[in-house]
Amino acid sequence: MKIRAQIGMVLNLDKCIGCHTCSVTCKNVWTSRDGVEYAWFNNVESKPGVGYPKDWENQEKWQGGWERKPNGKLVPKQGGKMRILANIFANPNLPSIDDYYEPFTFDYEHLQNAPEMQTPPTARPVSVLTGKKMDKIEWGPNWEDDLGGEFSKRSKDALFEGIQKEMYSAFENTFLMYLPRLCEHCLNPACVASCPSGSIYKREDDGIVLIDQDKCRGWRMCVSGCPYKKIYYNWTSGKAEKCIFCYPRIEAGQPTVCSETCVGRIRYLGVLLYDADRIEAAASVEDPKSLYEAQLGVFLDPNSPEIQAEARKQGIPEAWITAAQNSPVYKMAMEWKVAFPLHPEYRTLPMVWYIPPLSPIQSALENGLIGENGIIPDVKDLRIPIRYLANLLTAGKEEPVVSALETMVAMRRYMRKKSVEKVSDPATLRGTHLKPAQVEEMYQVMAIANYEDRFVIPSSHKEMVENTFDDKASCGFTFGNGCSGGTSEGSLFGKKKATPIVFHDMRRDRKANAGS
Amino acid sequence: MDYLHQFVFGIYPYIALSIFLLGSLIRFEREQYSWKSESSQLVYRGNLRLGNILFHIGVLGLFFGHLVGLLTPLSVWEALGVTHSFKQVFAMTAGGIMGSLGLVGLLILLHRRLSSERLAANTTWRDKLVLLWLLATLLLGLSTIAVSAQHLDGHEMVLLMTWAQHVVTFRGDAAQFIVTASPIFKLHLFMGMSVFVIFPFTRLVHVWSGFGAVAYLGRAWQLVRPRA
Repeated sequence: MKIRAQIGMVLNLDKCIGCHTCSVTCKNVWTSRDGVEYAWFNNVESKPGVGYPKDWENQEKWQGGWERKPNGKLVPKQGGKMRILANIFANPNLPSIDDYYEPFTFDYEHLQNAPEMQTPPTARPVSVLTGKKMDKIEWGPNWEDDLGGEFSKRSKDALFEGIQKEMYSAFENTFLMYLPRLCEHCLNPACVASCPSGSIYKREDDGIVLIDQDKCRGWRMCVSGCPYKKIYYNWTSGKAEKCIFCYPRIEAGQPTVCSETCVGRIRYLGVLLYDADRIEAAASVEDPKSLYEAQLGVFLDPNSPEIQAEARKQGIPEAWITAAQNSPVYKMAMEWKVAFPLHPEYRTLPMVWYIPPLSPIQSALENGLIGENGIIPDVKDLRIPIRYLANLLTAGKEEPVVSALETMVAMRRYMRKKSVEKVSDPATLRGTHLKPAQVEEMYQVMAIANYEDRFVIPSSHKEMVENTFDDKASCGFTFGNGCSGGTSEGSLFGKKKATPIVFHDMRRDRKANAGS
Repeated sequence: MDYLHQFVFGIYPYIALSIFLLGSLIRFEREQYSWKSESSQLVYRGNLRLGNILFHIGVLGLFFGHLVGLLTPLSVWEALGVTHSFKQVFAMTAGGIMGSLGLVGLLILLHRRLSSERLAANTTWRDKLVLLWLLATLLLGLSTIAVSAQHLDGHEMVLLMTWAQHVVTFRGDAAQFIVTASPIFKLHLFMGMSVFVIFPFTRLVHVWSGFGAVAYLGRAWQLVRPRA
């Protein structure tokens, strides 16, 4: 047994209001730079929709993730090592920037500089790629927001697999949910496996998957290898970039920016202990529908004294073992079974999990029917098809999703009775495996969601591996080349490329700051 | 043998190799963040797949062809029973095929780069220099086939081999062997050696990493880094 710890994340989609605060704060912190204007380490998609980049879930098209060969071995779907090397000159599976969107800004200066005119001046869109005016913006970072666009386009959504989707085109049958997405920091990452220069790696201590910016050579196989399309090619630096799980914050025991700023308080961070020796077997089970359960089998029970002793022996810090016992992620994924991995059929064993959303009832009310258990509806009446959620979270297996939704509905029934009628009535939990104590705890964590219940993050013990005295007066976070920060005007070996459209003030500020 | 000839074919090879090796080393050590293939595929695909694959097959073929053809000692060819005449005709044929592949690829790449607004806005003078320099070198190289076709006895080829082998074995007298070589060959040699000079200062450094990527074949799928 090889015990490792990872900070995992759970997103409670039942509470996501689609406000994009996570995306915007993430962008402000990490991707407000040349070459990654089009990149959103975190984005929120409206579902049903084809998403960002377009149609990312269609792996027949993009060839992301892993494929199980008849001999039981896993190989990246885009090909084995020879195939990947052979495609190094031109990657046939690389999305074009237009599949994300052509980055644009607006000619704001014209609003101030325009001469006297008959009509009010307008700020026309300007392409960041060419620096020239665009006639029309064809696609954007959140083009399908709140079911924007016609049904025929957004119904190309791969999650409609096995569903008669035509009926959902009718206005009265339509449904909507939000899907915030970021790097999954997988246990079996396909990006790492696809990188010919070995620049992507998983950190042993907290499981964060990072790209070594110095070692990346821009072969761009990771972009196509990742089935979630969460690695972005910076077209000015020529390097791949991705969500870094805000590791400088995580190391200090703070939540990621997206989690910290989530106004719906839907995000949870906590430690999971897992057995690294079981990863390969779990990722290669034959039936995709068994992958969710197989992944559960990789995690270790932090409350078991034997596991604790073994973890201590293998050098897991005490604070991490304690944090694992209080981990909201472990509770929701393993104990309550309400959180699920995103697309387990990609065989990457993702570590950002989702609680499926409840949704308004479809037709019961207008038919005069009310659920058999009072005014809280039954799961089968929900507006979002169970199969749709199962295609997202359990490779199409409906039972675990139904069970999770029933657990959540039962929690609501119990707590409603308790707060409205002031009666704790165990009878409301009849037919479920739930006990009142567990429901109370679920309510505390999932509904009240206090800060300290959502984020249980042990700080990483840097003092054990670094001499902080040596770090004194050194540079902090930079992009390559030590302290140069990439702001130098250039060297013998070339100038830092910049986008042709200059965000004038930003670059001027940077230059000024670099000098000070 | 005049001074210029001695300098270009006796001294310049060492200057070029020194800049190539030391420049690469310094860039790798000091500016590794700038070390990359600088792919523009994301921004504009165009005919990249056809052009780039043809170009790389051609250029890699030419590189290894020159390497083996120029640096294998004459005694080895004699031991193998390969006549000079046969080797010259073989080199002309193989070089012609690979050169043509590379040329077609290079022209497609140049057209792609110059015809796209997006690429035009993001192409540096270094990118253009590499493409145009290689084009000139390649065209000169292909023109030497016509020169060689006028004498198929392998004599001039042996002189060029001797030059190259004396250069890499530091014998100092290399330049004298190619005094009589055709000006086309001499120009091709100069342009070819100069590719090594511009190498560390352009995207050409990705060639090192391309060869380095072969190590990927023997690597485990997953990489886990322990704490520092």
